[in-house]
Amino acid sequence: MPRLSYLKALNRALGDELARDDDVFLLGEDIRVGASNVTAGLFKRFGPDRVLDTPLSEQAFTSFATGAALAGMRPVIEFQIPSLLFLVFEQIVNHAHKFPLMTGGQCAAPVTYLVPGSGSRTGWAGQHSDHPYSLFAHVGITTVVPATPADAYGLLVSAIRHDDPVVVFAPAGALGVRADVDFAALAPVPLGVGAVRRAGTDVTVVAVGHLVHDALAVADDLAGTVSVEVFDPRTLYPFDWDGLAASVTRTGRLVVVDDSNRSCGIAGEIIATLAERGVPLAAPPARVTRPDGAVLPFAQALDRAVQPSREQLTAAIHHVTKDG
Amino acid sequence: MTEPEAVRLYRTVRLIRRFEERAIDLVRSGAIVGGIHPYLGQEGVAAGVCGALRADDIVAGTHRGHGHVLAKGADPARMLAELCGRANGLNRGRGGSMHAADFGVGVYGANAIVGASGAIITGAVWALRRRGGDQVGVSFFGDGAVNEGMLLEAFNLAALWRVPVIFVCEDNGYATTMPVDSAVAGTVAGRAEAFGIRSTLVDGQDPEAVRDATAAAVDRARASGAPELIEARTYRFDAHHTFEHAVRLDYRDPAEVTRGRSRDPVTIQGDRLPDEVRERVDTEIEDLLAGAVEFALAGPEPDPAGALDHLYASGLVARTGSH
Repeated sequence: MPRLSYLKALNRALGDELARDDDVFLLGEDIRVGASNVTAGLFKRFGPDRVLDTPLSEQAFTSFATGAALAGMRPVIEFQIPSLLFLVFEQIVNHAHKFPLMTGGQCAAPVTYLVPGSGSRTGWAGQHSDHPYSLFAHVGITTVVPATPADAYGLLVSAIRHDDPVVVFAPAGALGVRADVDFAALAPVPLGVGAVRRAGTDVTVVAVGHLVHDALAVADDLAGTVSVEVFDPRTLYPFDWDGLAASVTRTGRLVVVDDSNRSCGIAGEIIATLAERGVPLAAPPARVTRPDGAVLPFAQALDRAVQPSREQLTAAIHHVTKDG
Repeated sequence: MTEPEAVRLYRTVRLIRRFEERAIDLVRSGAIVGGIHPYLGQEGVAAGVCGALRADDIVAGTHRGHGHVLAKGADPARMLAELCGRANGLNRGRGGSMHAADFGVGVYGANAIVGASGAIITGAVWALRRRGGDQVGVSFFGDGAVNEGMLLEAFNLAALWRVPVIFVCEDNGYATTMPVDSAVAGTVAGRAEAFGIRSTLVDGQDPEAVRDATAAAVDRARASGAPELIEARTYRFDAHHTFEHAVRLDYRDPAEVTRGRSRDPVTIQGDRLPDEVRERVDTEIEDLLAGAVEFALAGPEPDPAGALDHLYASGLVARTGSH
C-alpha cells in the first residue's frame, strides 16, 4: 500500500477540492511557490485566479475572504504561522463567525483557515510556536485538529465543504507523519465525530492532534501494565461528547493531553463536561497541558519543558490508575 | 440632470431624514433599546452615492448606517422593525441598528467595526466579477476609519487586484469626538493616492454633486476594474449617538454646529423642486413612515427559544449555557 504523508494529504485535499468545485479558491502568503509545501504545484495546475498569492496584509485578505464567501464562494486561506491568527482574530471572530446570526440568516461565510505547522517547531521561539485551537473552540468556530494523514485529507475536505468558518490546525508535530493509505479510500471525514485509536479497558486518554501519536506510544509502553484507550476527538468544536462519554463509561478513568495552555483550555472543558454528565469516574481525572500563559522559550530544552511530554502523560496515567 | 432624478434624490434624502427623526422618537419612547447613531445631516452622501448605482451593485456601511441601507432600497418598515428588535425586521431582530442588512438589495450590512467594510466589499465584488458579473461595490466609512490599518490594506488589495470598489469617505469632521485635524496626518485623498487610487473631493451636502461624482467614478471603475475614492465633506447635525446628550459631551463649538446645519442636504435638494412636487413627496414619505412605525410596533417579538437561530449556516446547534 502506498505511503501518504500528512503534508501531502493536505495538498491532495486542496487539489481535489479545487478540481471539484469552481467556487473554491486559495489565498495566502507565498502559496504560489508553496513555501510551506502545502500548496505545492497548485498554482501551476489551477492558475492565478484560483491560487491568489497575497501581499502581507493578513487582516485585509482575511476579510476579503469573508466578503467572497458572503458572495457565494468557498475561500481557503493558508496561514504559514499560527501567530497570524492573533492578527486576524477580529476578522474571523467578529465578522465571518457573526454574519449569519447578525443578519438573521441572510448569508453564510464558508471560509476555511488552514494553519500547517501549528504548535512548536523547535527553535522558532516565542512568536511562532503557539497552538491556539482552544481560543477558536471557545468562540464557537468549528475547530479541527487532524492527527493522521487520512484525517488530514478527510477533515480538510469536509471543512471546505462546510457552510460555516472552520479553522484547521495541522500540528507541526504531525506534519512528518506518514501512513499506509489506499488512495482510493481517501474520503471526507465528518466534522464532530471522534475516533477510538486504540481500545483499552483501564483509562481513556484523550489526545489532541500530534499528541495522539504520543499517547499511542505511551499506551504501547504500558501494555501489560495498564490497558489504555486512546480517544482522538479530531474536531474540538463541535466535540463528540457522546463518543467520549461512551469511552470513559467503559474505562472509568480519564486523562487529557492537550498542547494548549492550561487555563480555559480544551482539556478543562473536556473534564468539566464529563463531570457534568455524571460519567462515573473511579479516580479524579488529570490533564497534561502547557503551563498557564505559556510562551515557548527558544532553547530546545526549554521549549520541550513547557510542552506536554510522554513522561508527563505516563505519570498522569499511573496517578489516575494507581488505586485500580 | 433630469427632473425625475432630482425628485428621486430628494425623496431619498427626505426619507432618510424623516426615518431618523422617527427613530429618535422611538429611542426616546423606549421602543428602540440601545439607541442609534443618527445620520442626520449626512443624507446627501448615501442618496447621491446609491443613486448612481445599479440595483445589483453592492454596498457595505458603518455603524451610522441607516442612510446607506435605506438609500440602496431596503424596506423602511422592515428596517424600522429591525431597529425595534422585532421578528419581522430585516434581520429578524438579530442585528439591530448597527447591523441592518438586506442582501436582497445588495446591502452587505451596516458594520459596527470602524473600517471593516472595505476589505469585505473588496472580496465580495471580486467574487461577483469572477463569477461573470460586472458589479461594482461601495464601502462607506468615516474620517476616523482612514487611520485603521485594515482599510489601508484593503486599498492596496483593491488597487493591486483591480477590484472596482468605490471607497466613500464620509468626512463629517469627527471620529466620535476626535476632530479630523487632530487625527489624520496628511489628507484622506493622500491615503488613496499612495496606492494609485484616483480620488475625488465632493460637497457631501449637495446630493446632486455626490451623485454626479459617483456616477463618473462608477463608470470608470466598472470599465477598468480600478478602485476609486470619493471624499465627501459632510456634517453630522446631531450627536454621535442618542445617549450623547445624557452624558453632556462638549466638544463642538455651537457656532460651528449652527454653521454646519445651515447647509442642509434636504433643503438644498428640496429647493431644486417646485413646491408642489416637494410637498407631494413629503406627504408620500409621511404616509410611508406612519405605516412603517405602525408595522414596526405591531411586529412580533422574537421567540427567546430561538435566540441562537442562524448562529450557524450549517445548521449546527450550539450547546445551551445551562441545563
